Amino acid sequence: MSRAALLVLADGRFPAGGHAHSGGAEAAVKAGRITGAASLEDFCRGRLHTAGLVAASLAAAAALGVDAVALDGAADARTPSPALRTAGRKLGRQLMRAARATWPSAELDDLARRFPKGAHQPVVLGVAARAAGLGAVEAAYCAAYESVSGPASATVRLLSLDPFDATAVLARLAPEMDRVADRAVEAGRRVVDDGVDELPAGSGPLLEIGAEVHAAWAVRLFAS
Amino acid sequence: MHLDHSHDGPSAVSADARRPDGSRRALRIGLGGPVGSGKTATVAALCRALRDELSLAVVTNDIYTREDAEFLLREAVLPPERITAVETGACPHTAIRDDISANLEAVEDLEDEVGPLDLILVESGGDNLTATFSKGLVDAQIFVIDVAGGDDIPRKGGPGVTTADLLVVNKTDLAPYVGSDLSRMAADAKAQRAELPVVFQSLRGEPGVRGVAEWVRAQLSAWTA
Repeated sequence: MSRAALLVLADGRFPAGGHAHSGGAEAAVKAGRITGAASLEDFCRGRLHTAGLVAASLAAAAALGVDAVALDGAADARTPSPALRTAGRKLGRQLMRAARATWPSAELDDLARRFPKGAHQPVVLGVAARAAGLGAVEAAYCAAYESVSGPASATVRLLSLDPFDATAVLARLAPEMDRVADRAVEAGRRVVDDGVDELPAGSGPLLEIGAEVHAAWAVRLFAS
Repeated sequence: MHLDHSHDGPSAVSADARRPDGSRRALRIGLGGPVGSGKTATVAALCRALRDELSLAVVTNDIYTREDAEFLLREAVLPPERITAVETGACPHTAIRDDISANLEAVEDLEDEVGPLDLILVESGGDNLTATFSKGLVDAQIFVIDVAGGDDIPRKGGPGVTTADLLVVNKTDLAPYVGSDLSRMAADAKAQRAELPVVFQSLRGEPGVRGVAEWVRAQLSAWTA
């Protein structure tokens, strides 16, 4: 395993479409729930322990070789908002393209054949991690980090927040990302033995509601 | 479960000239340039000039609305299913250069849904003088500036002005009113671009978009040759 491959996959500049999504931050900014660094940290902490934990567990299970169709169904069941399901599949499709070009693999080709319009992003992330020679731990870390780095960089653009403050938020959340990644890997291992019902089902209701409201706006900077 | 009925293999990953079923894909031409220089008006005029002879589609990259796509729909330059809007997350140049995945998806979906297509025009959101298209997304690019933005823009150069396959200097009819010197712009463009072509156009009267349309036809002949 090349540990450096994790840096390539987790890099915010990895061309997989994430730059056009705010991870719910745009809706939260508009609703007055994110107004600065402190409320950004609260938002990110909530997202990390709910949607982030689910995504990291899906990614870990996929990296362990669990059937992608079953995982994709489990992701659907854990994503009440239709807008978020659409965004998740769109990002999955974009990640699939980038990963296939970056780490060509029969498993990624097979995933693309089964999901031409995209599987849920964390599922693709797990298969991409396998293709990159990475394991469940790395896949879980990548998903956990993405669950907070997306909203943080979007908030820099949305509020003209000081970019140093936004990065400091991510650094303060690092110990919690460690714990979320640990829990996700444990969940992923249980899924291998006992099926997808072992996946956590945490969810932030305001993230789901905000995504539906956001999808109906005529004017917005981010796609989700 | 999703089944793939239209392809023999999984979809393409980059700018391959062939589609997964072996057929040649459409020529993709990007249009970039500063806000308000006339990119959408040029796309609309190109659609009107070429739609009777070619199978066409358009992808727009609006910054925060669907306004460009809606302008094209309102003007009815093409049927609505041939126009797709991509959302760019506050960074139009990222979506056409650094992370082209959403745009690639849009062009491939258009080919799947309304194809076969001869030509897809990809219009960037209005940006700055450094915005250029990735070669992974388009086969050729047009950079559109206008005389009202200042006649020193060709002299200032930048990747768009210097390297675009075609430079369009738009709104020449306004030159006398804004004090822009067209011959100076032409000389500066020549100095920046050497042999690369430049078209001066006004869409307010004849010959309108004809010069750009001729250039597009030539690109297409080379692509299909």
